[in-house]
Amino acid sequence: MATDQQEITSANSGRRNGSGIAEVVGRWLLRWGPAIAGHVVFIAAWWLVVVWAEIPAFIMPTPWATLQTLWDPSYHWPHHIAITAAEVFGGYALAVAVGIGIAMIFCWSRGAERGAMPVLVTLNMIPKVAMAPLFIVWLGYGVFPNMVIAFTISFFPILLTTSRGLKEVEPDLLDLVKALKGSRWQIFCKIQLPGALPYIFSGMKVATVLAVAGAIVGEFMGSSGGLGYLMQSRQGFLDTAGMFMGVILVSIIGVALYGLVLLLERWLVVTDARIE
Amino acid sequence: MPALSEPVVAMDEAPDVRPIIRMRGVKKVYRTRGEEFLAVKDVTLDINEGELVTLVGPSGCGKSTVLKILAGLHSHDDGEVEIGGPGMAFDAGRDVGMVFQQPLLLKWRRILENVLLPAEILGLPQNEARDRARELLDMVGLAGFEDKYPYELSGGMQQRAAIARAFVHDPKIVLMDEPFGALDALTRERMNLELLRIWSASKKTILFVTHGIHEAVFLATRVAVLTAGPARMADTFAVDLPYPRELDLQNDPRFGTYTHRIYSRLGL
Repeated sequence: MATDQQEITSANSGRRNGSGIAEVVGRWLLRWGPAIAGHVVFIAAWWLVVVWAEIPAFIMPTPWATLQTLWDPSYHWPHHIAITAAEVFGGYALAVAVGIGIAMIFCWSRGAERGAMPVLVTLNMIPKVAMAPLFIVWLGYGVFPNMVIAFTISFFPILLTTSRGLKEVEPDLLDLVKALKGSRWQIFCKIQLPGALPYIFSGMKVATVLAVAGAIVGEFMGSSGGLGYLMQSRQGFLDTAGMFMGVILVSIIGVALYGLVLLLERWLVVTDARIE
Repeated sequence: MPALSEPVVAMDEAPDVRPIIRMRGVKKVYRTRGEEFLAVKDVTLDINEGELVTLVGPSGCGKSTVLKILAGLHSHDDGEVEIGGPGMAFDAGRDVGMVFQQPLLLKWRRILENVLLPAEILGLPQNEARDRARELLDMVGLAGFEDKYPYELSGGMQQRAAIARAFVHDPKIVLMDEPFGALDALTRERMNLELLRIWSASKKTILFVTHGIHEAVFLATRVAVLTAGPARMADTFAVDLPYPRELDLQNDPRFGTYTHRIYSRLGL
């Protein structure tokens, strides 16, 4: 770890230098170009497979046929997107708040952790999908029960990683603060919580996928709106293009959520630029 | 807070100096799950204000335990530990600075904010603390690095920042637990010279734990030798070599006499 003292890594310089629109666009293309190209290749492959293998539209529609469903008002896309998005984002936000909150309680009370953690682990082993019919019995149809399903399925990884992160403190660092007669609260605010942020975000990233899955499963089980509901109702008409569009829109909601989490992480977590 | 650049007071044994740290027959037993482990058996040591005392001994001999007792992190089971005294007010929280083998900088804080951590914990006035932190960073040779993150600095530079952090709240004593132990040999030598410069500029009392025998003699006004655990005081002696010291000093025959003395006390 020890290197020449006079030397400083130039790792961070990449972010600062550079000006001029052409250069900015160039750098942007260099960074995101491959990702865009990857998606284009994927859609092209989809299209080619459908056309060459002459797959009937009710098995697999072309990308274009799928896209066309977007301007068909009878689908009421905005309505269903809003419902699913509310379930996903609401359930996820609840999971983040409760997951981090419980982890903090555990951090402050060993007894609470020893008592409650095993119960939570057991509860987490229950397949949440199996609970969906029960939630419907308890909470009825609608946005809220599906939000609860999204929450139950996605909160556990956040709790686990946060709890772990809050424990990852260098003992010597604790000694340093204790020698200064620092309070438990100071240790928590200045050392534990900021130190746990990378762990919290790794749990939050895993949870995004789960929240989307939870919301959709809920809609399958019983609901009167949302993209999952729409897909199921279109199944009866063998409207595969509409179902495909539903899947794509659900994925886009998930990607949007994931992107937001990444942005938040970038803003809050100082990462060693060498790792990137 | 005293200016950092005041001249050093002569360290030679003034007859009426009252030690700032007094340890008499200190004993420490660790108890875990019914098992007892005697870490420190009998340590007696006086450290005068402004001294740089090195505590040298083999790995695992209980040197760090002695430091932790002085830092108020561990209690002791027998003997006396006194820090400060009449005319030498000592606040157990405010007046101790610590440096460990690892820099232990907070990854998410810039260097200046890292140095300010003790001042924040103690609730010292912010503006003064900031000025002092900048002054200290300048003193440890990190001027211009205030806004860097720790990962942008080499190991030696991170340890300099950790030293600045130990001084930021103007403690009366600074406890150093093998602070250069994780550095490569060349960097360590350079840091030894730096430490002597910082010490003479700051006039702090420093207790420096090391298993490096040459390092122990090179730095110290006085050396305390501990035998293998449980720690027992084998020897203490003053190092009568003039400051400022240069690396050449290690070729001085007197230097050899001192290192030889430590080797023989440790049975080597």
